[in-house]
Amino acid sequence: MTDQQPAIRLSGLTKEFGAVTAVDHVDLEIAAGEFFSMLGPSGSGKTTVLRLIAGFEQPTGGTIELFGDDVTKRAPFDRDVNTVFQDYALFPHMSVLDNVAYGLRVRGIGKSERNERARKALAAVRLEQMADRKPSQLSGGQRQRIALARATVVEPKVLLLDEPLGALDLKLREQMQVELKEIQRDLGITFIFVTHDQEEALTLSDRVAVFNNGRIEQLGTPAELYERPVSRFVADFVGTSNLFDDDRSRAILGRGGQHSVRPEKMTVGAGAGEAGEGVINAAGTVVETIYLGSGIRIVVDLDAGLRVSVLEQNDRNRRHDEDRGDRVVVSWHDGDVVALGGADAAAPAPA
Amino acid sequence: MTMNATAPASARNAASALEPGTPGASPRAGVPRPKRTPARRASVFLSTHPRTRLALLLAAPLFWLGIVYIVALVLLLVTAFWSVDSFTGEITQEWTLDNIVTVLTGSLYQTVTLRTVGVALLVTIIDVAFALPIAFFMAKVASRRMQRILLIAVLTPLWASYLVKAYAWRSVLSQDGIWEWLVAPFGGSTPGYGLPATIITLAYLWLPYVILPIYAGLERVPDSLLEASADLGGKTWPTLRHVVLPLTMPAIIAGTIFSFSLSLGDYITVNIVGGANQMLGNLVYTNVGAANNLPLAAAIALIPIAIIFGYLFLVRRTGALDNL
Repeated sequence: MTDQQPAIRLSGLTKEFGAVTAVDHVDLEIAAGEFFSMLGPSGSGKTTVLRLIAGFEQPTGGTIELFGDDVTKRAPFDRDVNTVFQDYALFPHMSVLDNVAYGLRVRGIGKSERNERARKALAAVRLEQMADRKPSQLSGGQRQRIALARATVVEPKVLLLDEPLGALDLKLREQMQVELKEIQRDLGITFIFVTHDQEEALTLSDRVAVFNNGRIEQLGTPAELYERPVSRFVADFVGTSNLFDDDRSRAILGRGGQHSVRPEKMTVGAGAGEAGEGVINAAGTVVETIYLGSGIRIVVDLDAGLRVSVLEQNDRNRRHDEDRGDRVVVSWHDGDVVALGGADAAAPAPA
Repeated sequence: MTMNATAPASARNAASALEPGTPGASPRAGVPRPKRTPARRASVFLSTHPRTRLALLLAAPLFWLGIVYIVALVLLLVTAFWSVDSFTGEITQEWTLDNIVTVLTGSLYQTVTLRTVGVALLVTIIDVAFALPIAFFMAKVASRRMQRILLIAVLTPLWASYLVKAYAWRSVLSQDGIWEWLVAPFGGSTPGYGLPATIITLAYLWLPYVILPIYAGLERVPDSLLEASADLGGKTWPTLRHVVLPLTMPAIIAGTIFSFSLSLGDYITVNIVGGANQMLGNLVYTNVGAANNLPLAAAIALIPIAIIFGYLFLVRRTGALDNL
């Protein structure tokens, strides 16, 4: 990775399926060696972008460059990118070893060499003892790792992962997240990871692109996305947000426009609330308290006509408990209020 | 689970929050209880007696399969070991292996058997060669709409009478037929009536039976496997050879079972377009009719049955029998 070319450069990439525009003039550069996530709800175009990069779909317009090479018109087998499929797409009639060796086999590499390299790739995902099994005899997490070994054994420049953890249960997911991160660091290749799980995207990625309606709504590091969402959509989709529309902003915050405050930046207290520079207090009534284990979510109807969700840590400082119907004061710092792009809620914010 | 003092009140109060209610005991208003009609009592009886249920369900088809089908087949087998009194033409019910020996050693039967198997094999090969690309196009390339149109196009010939189709080919292949008219400008000529005509006609007749199982088999191969192969560097031919063919092989064999066994038993097509050639079916037909030798006909009929059983035995490991 000595060259300064971006691993992937998308310019004006557009894909239309009939009357539906799945991908709408996406411009994007992904640096070499980056762990890049494309995050968005289903139908936002993130998977289509991935399939366009892989070559399974032909774009309606725009270009795809791979390390400076225009690969837009090339067939999938002529691109140095490989995919880990959502359903893993392991060949059911082949053994695990043959599955992993497949990419080498179709490149005409001899049996002994390709088996040796496939075994190495299997060892990298700690499944060398499964070499002779059929994919159907493996668990979901093992299949996932086989798919990863199969895609990386041909040494791609970019690895595309299409919701690879979607089918796994929570514990396994968390474990695989750590493994993915390790494998990416070891191989040093670019990972492009598609997910609808905002937590997963934040945990794994160097940078995240949030997709909405075929466009990139916001592009940035996980911290940027979480701390400074540019639009109502991002604020709402990445984590939980208390959204203040124009009227409520004027009434509670004293200024116009759209704003958002994260639940964990708010506290619930009794009496007059907190005093101090830049602290905003708003009285309200507790609607619901939800016990989460490590924290407690308190839903409060503010007197100003807004329902907010407050997340309090269940730590040693926690003494008081709120009940439904209790009168409380919700406090937060003005510095934690994020202004969202413009007064008009519907206008898409620039990426 | 023990709760310590730092647990929030919401958790501490959780137990007392559950009212000791009796939700199941409350009478449902507006939902009348079902009446105890005889039909309902019968349903209750059947739902608690699974064996009776099964017996009632299977009685009719088992009667059909058992009496009408298996017994008829067994009678045919038994008949093969009887003989015909050459003077009276009556069937003598004495056990004899004469018919079997005749069929196995007679050069006529050996020639006709080889010819029949050869025709059936060629028909099968031609059908598979045609069916594979058509089925692949239907299952993997065509749009949903096109897929349905093609499926109807494949099924439509099955609605037409077998005889009509065979006679249509007789007309196509005749000396002044369409075939001759089409290929004559290029120096070709119609194959006329004979074994090639028989093979062409049979291949046409059984093609839908080969396309349909292969199409169904290809439908079951997920697109993502083809994409995975392409993604890993597999071009069209390696993908077909290493991924598509192995996965559809059971379906292909299922198709060949149809074309092969239907060809083995056919005698009408060869009568219509086969010229002077005979197949096993013709020998059975002549012996039942003109020669009035039912036992010999039964013995001849055992040949295709034995061949089919041999074929099924060979392919049963491939999983093809699950694809029929």
